[in-house]
Amino acid sequence: MKFLVQQQPAYVYTGGKNFDAAKPSVVFIHGTANDHSVWTMQARYFAHHGWNALAIDLPGHGKSFGDARTSIASAADWLVNLLDNGTIERAALVGHSMGSLIALDAAARHPSRISQLALIGSSVPMPVSDVLMDAAKTHPQDAFDMLNIWGHAPQLKWGRNPTPGTSLMMAGARLHAQSHPGVLAKDLAACHAFQMDDASLAGIKMPALIVAGTSDLLTPAKAAQALAARLGNATMVTLHDAGHSMMQEAPGKIVDALKSFLKP
Amino acid sequence: MSAPSYTRLETLAVHAGQSPDPATGARAVPIYQTASFVFPDTETAASLFNLERAGHVYSRISNPTLSVFEERMAALEGAPAAIATASGQAALHLGLATLMSAGSHIVASNALYGGSHNLLAYTLPRFGIETTFVNGRDLEAWKKAIRPNTRLLFGETVGNPGLDVLNIPAVAAIAHNAGLPLMVDATLTTPFLSQPIEQGADIVMHSATKFLSGHGVVIGGVLIDGGSFDWEKSGKFPTLTEPYDGFHGMVMSEESSVAAFALRARREGLRDFGATMAPMTAFQILQGLETLHVRMPRHVDNTRKIAQFLSGNKAVAHVNYPELLSHPDHELAKQLLPNGAGAVLSFDLKAGSSSAKEAGKVFIEKLSLFSHLANIGDAKSLVIHPASTTHFRMDADALKAAGISEGTIRLSVGIEHIDDLTEDLSKALYAAGKAAGA
Repeated sequence: MKFLVQQQPAYVYTGGKNFDAAKPSVVFIHGTANDHSVWTMQARYFAHHGWNALAIDLPGHGKSFGDARTSIASAADWLVNLLDNGTIERAALVGHSMGSLIALDAAARHPSRISQLALIGSSVPMPVSDVLMDAAKTHPQDAFDMLNIWGHAPQLKWGRNPTPGTSLMMAGARLHAQSHPGVLAKDLAACHAFQMDDASLAGIKMPALIVAGTSDLLTPAKAAQALAARLGNATMVTLHDAGHSMMQEAPGKIVDALKSFLKP
Repeated sequence: MSAPSYTRLETLAVHAGQSPDPATGARAVPIYQTASFVFPDTETAASLFNLERAGHVYSRISNPTLSVFEERMAALEGAPAAIATASGQAALHLGLATLMSAGSHIVASNALYGGSHNLLAYTLPRFGIETTFVNGRDLEAWKKAIRPNTRLLFGETVGNPGLDVLNIPAVAAIAHNAGLPLMVDATLTTPFLSQPIEQGADIVMHSATKFLSGHGVVIGGVLIDGGSFDWEKSGKFPTLTEPYDGFHGMVMSEESSVAAFALRARREGLRDFGATMAPMTAFQILQGLETLHVRMPRHVDNTRKIAQFLSGNKAVAHVNYPELLSHPDHELAKQLLPNGAGAVLSFDLKAGSSSAKEAGKVFIEKLSLFSHLANIGDAKSLVIHPASTTHFRMDADALKAAGISEGTIRLSVGIEHIDDLTEDLSKALYAAGKAAGA
């Protein structure tokens, strides 16, 4: 379905069900140079189990119009405007990687609008190495390759994908290739620049879930553990052998973790 | 920190899609010879049916042994998704049925495998799907044949048995300018010799019976979604961009940004037409794939030597192999097939006082190492006379359009010792020459 957000059409995947104002809502926020399709299984699950599942395409990503936002805060403002225009008073936020920072920022500044927070493949700060940042600006294909290869558990470089008939690595590469020119560099810069101090993190009091993968090379489990400790009310789930692309590498375990955590 | 590398083709051929079996530690691919998979609970059962969880339900739709083969083929082709099918023809049919409806139109090269020609020329018109065949080398002809109801351009990377080389980048550009995808049959080249998706094709299919399995022991096929075609922008493919009543209103292009075509093909085509591969077949093809990169150079090397050998034989009128200077696609083959133009070649025997057809008959009967049969892509060397077998339904004009004549002999060159192959050919050519009275 389409929403109008900050005067631009925004695409939201609703998991095969129509939006119903009477149901609780959970918003899924994708990461760098990705789109809603990284969440299809999780969104389908919640859409068919009593929730409005809203897997968004951030501006400048996927099917949403507008320019990619250059800061996490402006992306969070966009997200809150989406809730406003969807007349969604409160929602649970589930964010992956860059999307987890957007969720955190929205939760810190708009606590009354956010019921619960699930952060998957997350760390604060989320530093981007010089080699990746430079490549994103000058040789984007090299940067896509780094992000895709480092973005999966090393043992998954050659398989085996839980979703029958698909190649995790090639699907990841193709999704990156579909992103609009320049989006990757903007997204990475926004992640790199994001800061949130201890007081702000501790001030986030709504229930939070941190999901980390032991083979995550981009946001290592240790960094996720540190984030969980700094949040006001967080629990942690660690997925053995999962890399950064956990929703594809271990889709069922992500569904299970969210199912145990999210309350209507 | 240096940039990481993707796993190379030779390693993917051995490993992609597989890791030691988590249940038993088995290193080889287990053959999951089962029709169905037990659901741990009712909620998981419903979730699997509704695509809320990944997994297997029923082996017509997916099976763990098939998944390894599919994932390996996707990785080898640089594609997000692949679907194993009962045969190469099943892969072609699945691809067409996913995109076409009654009233749709296809533009295809006229240099096609006889089985594909049958489907397009004779069978699909019964279902309201028409095909215009064009000279695959004539780029203007491709353009001119496109109609408002055209939905696909189709050709073979190297035509069987005419051995035309499809100019994939140019034909893909024509297709894309018209908002259409290009599907190619890459059976003769395999991912080792040709990377059609990288060159611009959108969908690839193979008869896995041939070089992929490599030993002539199974019938199988595979359909591959390159994931690069923008179905929504094209606006011509309601099966992929509009709600599908057959799956609770699912819109494939919203559900999957990179494999909408494969999603529909699996959820509708495998479900409804059911032309799926058997697990044992997938296992056997996987054994072949593990040596693809070892076999193909030997196939190509032997083929190059046989092409030279035949070119110098006085009983031979003409040799057709894209790497020969005399082949019209010689330059294109150098550009698109730098690792070799495959291991199939054809040649015409000289006709003397008797017909070329008669000389061909003698030639085939005098061979002892080459097996006379209807297949290609075996480790063993094979021979056939297309006009009387694989292409027997074609008249002289259609044969000519497909790049062959009544006297054409097709060889699929195996991986035996080259001297044994040329000795066998020498004896048969001598007998054929005598029979022809040339």
